[in-house]
Amino acid sequence: MSLLTYSVRRVVVAVPMLLSVAVLTFVLVHIAPGDPAYYLAGDGGTPAYYALIRQKFGLDRPLPEQLARYLWTVAHGDFGRSLQQGQPVLSLIITRVPATLLLVGSAFVVSAVVGVAIGALVAPRANGFADRAVLGTTALGSALPVFWTGLLLALLFSLRLGWFPVQGMMSSRGSPAGWARAVDVLHHLILPMTALAVQPLAAFSRLMRLKMLEALAEPFILTARAKGLPNARVMLQAARNAVLPVVTVIGGHAGALVTGAVLTETVFAWPGLGRLALDATLTRDYPVVMGVVVIASVGTVIINLVTDLAYAAVDPRITYA
Amino acid sequence: MHKHPTLGLEVGLVLLGIVVALAVFAGVVAPLDPLRTGAVPLQPPSPHHLLGTDELGRDLWSNIAYGARVSLLVGVLSTLLSTVTGLAAGVAAGYYGRGVDEGLMRIAEVFQIIPGMLIALLLVAFFGGRLWTLIPVIALTGWPLPARVVRSEILSLREREFVLGARALGGRDVHIMWRHLLPNAFPPVLIGLPMQVGRAILLEAGLSFLGLGDPGAASWGKLLQSAQEYMREAWWLALFPGAALTATVLALYLVAEGLHARTGPVLQ
Repeated sequence: MSLLTYSVRRVVVAVPMLLSVAVLTFVLVHIAPGDPAYYLAGDGGTPAYYALIRQKFGLDRPLPEQLARYLWTVAHGDFGRSLQQGQPVLSLIITRVPATLLLVGSAFVVSAVVGVAIGALVAPRANGFADRAVLGTTALGSALPVFWTGLLLALLFSLRLGWFPVQGMMSSRGSPAGWARAVDVLHHLILPMTALAVQPLAAFSRLMRLKMLEALAEPFILTARAKGLPNARVMLQAARNAVLPVVTVIGGHAGALVTGAVLTETVFAWPGLGRLALDATLTRDYPVVMGVVVIASVGTVIINLVTDLAYAAVDPRITYA
Repeated sequence: MHKHPTLGLEVGLVLLGIVVALAVFAGVVAPLDPLRTGAVPLQPPSPHHLLGTDELGRDLWSNIAYGARVSLLVGVLSTLLSTVTGLAAGVAAGYYGRGVDEGLMRIAEVFQIIPGMLIALLLVAFFGGRLWTLIPVIALTGWPLPARVVRSEILSLREREFVLGARALGGRDVHIMWRHLLPNAFPPVLIGLPMQVGRAILLEAGLSFLGLGDPGAASWGKLLQSAQEYMREAWWLALFPGAALTATVLALYLVAEGLHARTGPVLQ
């Protein structure tokens, strides 16, 4: 099977899965106690007013009908309107996507590249000083709660040293254009990105180290050495084999990164999807919460797909059966 | 040559022992009532208040000691619940196969696609952030993993002679699953338990940090949430609860890794 047919099949398989995510969110939201009308109209309205609100938002229809309506509209990319702000949910989400993509994407790339590099570099001298130092540090790193890392980074580098801004994605005073703007965003990005990257970076480097040790013990490495290949070439060959299982695990981390993003965005007031989800949850803005959950799930499915394809790219033995 | 120096397991167990002791003897090691206000607010650490006081003059050390109870309670109970659920789903999926397997695994997939924090956000906000709702909510994000592990074990076990024999002798499904399959499929799940507890503790702390935890429970996450407001004046409020949380999770991860290294294939 070709790469294209494989990708198409994976996408087709993902559709019912995403629909069940939508159904699940819908069911959860509606078996929860509490009347959404109160969250729309606030406390102290008259019964007639609440009835009007229910009718306006279709909350008086039978549940199956609400679900059918919901799925139908979701399938068309329409998540309804925010109960709190009145805007279409999709446009609310779209305005937040770039910020989250930037945060999660940069943390993802940095943690994967640096993590794999560290793991590959310390493995050849296992149990040496550098290896032990890295093992200790990464054990601690993989246990660090992202929001605490964020707080400490903000405490040290923003409040004490004043090197980085504490909050937000851009400076509030004036909005620079072009390169100045990019530099400004980057300046704001460094602390939250670091906070988010620490935990996966530690996990990836530990795993890479382990797989590298396994690869180095393989017979083909002995052969390569016996043939007199330079050490760098041998290491590269071991790394290529070791990185395969690590790629799968890296892909599996997408969900954890979104979880981390919700917390990081809260610490640094980063205007992303995580903040949107949290604010919507606190105000019971049903359509927004459901929209974010579905969109985030689409994101994880895409990342898993990309990981599978990346796996195929680094391992020519893979065929798409 | 070991994959990892084996020191990790011992360090993890000692750390974990300290945290458990802290939780059990919170009232002894921290004689001050964690909720009692009245001391001078925002005092830095001193002999009188070992780790300082918060904005209402509550003793931070006492809050951290009692917080160990909350973390361990939520971590252990939600892991128990997710493991039991996962075992039941995994055994049923593996044993019955076909439609049951398909259905259960699809549901597990749905829970694995949605990022854990988002499921938790959704549920906690709607069902409230009390300890007895937090525990099942966190369990709900954790059950697919043990379910998958058990299922794959069962798939290979169910064709083995002793299972076929039990069935030929007329053993009922429940009997076979309970007496023959479960005990053999359980060990790999057991090894994963410390990791699951660690994740559950982190999730509870995260939810409390977002303001969705139990308002009546002294949780480390909640301490960190209120620390945010006073970061300029009171660094100790941000430092110590997070250190306690990290130490606990680190202990559990070290134990998990140590168990893996001892039971898994050892690299020679």
